[in-house]
Amino acid sequence: MTVEVKFFASLKERLGCDGAKVEIGEVATAADVWLQATGGKSLPSNVLVAINMEYTDAAQAVKDGDEVAFFPPVTGGRW
Amino acid sequence: MRVELRSGAFQPWAELAEYERAAQLGTGVGATATFVGTMRDYNEGEPVLGMYLEHYPGMAERELSALVAAEVARFQLIDALVVHRVGALAPGDPIVLVAVWSGHRREGFEGCRAIMEALKARAPFWKRERTVGGERWVEKNTAGY
Repeated sequence: MTVEVKFFASLKERLGCDGAKVEIGEVATAADVWLQATGGKSLPSNVLVAINMEYTDAAQAVKDGDEVAFFPPVTGGRW
Repeated sequence: MRVELRSGAFQPWAELAEYERAAQLGTGVGATATFVGTMRDYNEGEPVLGMYLEHYPGMAERELSALVAAEVARFQLIDALVVHRVGALAPGDPIVLVAVWSGHRREGFEGCRAIMEALKARAPFWKRERTVGGERWVEKNTAGY
């Protein structure tokens, strides 16, 4: 199956790309998608995961056509 | 209820007046509570020259709409308006307007605050500050009160 991967903010900068289409086996979690998309880098513990724009966790299964996003903690800092 | 992202500067008090005129909220409103967040020119002891607010297009609107709807229901608010900037900002620029209308002041104050805190905790925005020493991501969501 194919999923659309997106990276944001400092994570995008660290990885040097804002995402990719990723081919992965029929049974896969968001964590598997991360490994595939980053060439095996370990998933930082503070990274947030969203599938189809809804917060979830890395153990969540993905489906063909899903949009899987990884990003650092959201922040407005102090107003 | 309206939730909106803006890529250009906005004037919160003009937005508020215009929304009130258009929404015709009626005479059941006993309280209007508002919060305006503006960009400061310092952070963590250092002057800040400017800021870029990155967002996740689609998810930011979706999260904001969902969290505002949840707080409107929880505090039985009559209506709510949120306008949030994205993109390049300068010190003094308004970043966010949260306005709520309610029957009484308690729901107003608490509902406005709850929307703001939920926004800070959940909405996918990231700040990149420009300082004299270079640019840096703000990755600590410190308590602002």
